[in-house]
Amino acid sequence: MSRSLPLIGFLLLVGLFGFGIWWNTQHDPREVPSPLIGKPAPEFSLPLLDDPARMVSKSSMLGKPYLVNVFASWCVACGEEHPVLMAEGRTLGVPLVGYDYKDAPEDAKAWLARHGNPYDIVIADQPGRTAIDFGVYGAPESFLIDARGMIRYKHIGPFTPEVIERELRPLIAQLKQEAP
Amino acid sequence: MAQAHAQAIDPLPFKDHAQEIRFQNLTRQLRCLVCQNENLADSNADLARDLRHEVFGLMQQGKTDDQIKQYLVDRYSDFVLYDPPVKPSTWLLWFGPALFLLMGAAVVLVTIRRRSRATRIDSRLVDNATIEQGDDW
Repeated sequence: MSRSLPLIGFLLLVGLFGFGIWWNTQHDPREVPSPLIGKPAPEFSLPLLDDPARMVSKSSMLGKPYLVNVFASWCVACGEEHPVLMAEGRTLGVPLVGYDYKDAPEDAKAWLARHGNPYDIVIADQPGRTAIDFGVYGAPESFLIDARGMIRYKHIGPFTPEVIERELRPLIAQLKQEAP
Repeated sequence: MAQAHAQAIDPLPFKDHAQEIRFQNLTRQLRCLVCQNENLADSNADLARDLRHEVFGLMQQGKTDDQIKQYLVDRYSDFVLYDPPVKPSTWLLWFGPALFLLMGAAVVLVTIRRRSRATRIDSRLVDNATIEQGDDW
């Protein structure tokens, strides 16, 4: 027994480190869990990209679930995500709100003109102040907000067709049942 | 040096030197979300600059350090704190090392006990042998 003790200790360590490696292949260790899930979305009032005189606010969006997708023309990963949103955005069954993050309006408009516009509306947060309230720390990030204005889901990084099928669609179906 | 550096990239209108020191101390305890191995004071990331301005603004509003930290934790979770708070989900993190130390100590203790018992038995055997055999040898 006492002679096999070092071996047992070694195997325990191998198991522990192996688990660590496995865990990090399954999870992005850089992903910051949002404390906002299940809480009311922060109040916001942001201008439309195409018509800065018109403001969109949290209260104007109440009543039906919607998906907010944080993007920017300078964001490389958003370019990866874009074709997925172009293909699937219209089939989600909820309005897709583009959230143009820390971007020059001309750049964002040119980017959407070049790659296509999957969004129902695009709001612009050039200073990035509201994004701090949402806990945004990069792009793309997406928030699913329900009819009562609660954040129900956050996805960090680009949407893939798999993530949309596995995580987003079931939740949207659930939210639409809840919606008044 | 770090202070001079942060000043150079990001001059902020501090009221006095004490406030500047407080700002530097506070931002050094907060993690940059973009480049996660840097603190807010040292990071050049765009978001880090925005958050420094946010911290500065909250200080001007008279918020305490704890209130400012809570403001950021509400948005970015405990992740922004370099010192994670002690709570059930972080117990393993905080007390894990002590646990390992205790486990190690237990192993050492058991080994020592077992060895000394073995020695005692050995010496008793030797004593008996000595008695049986007398002092002949």
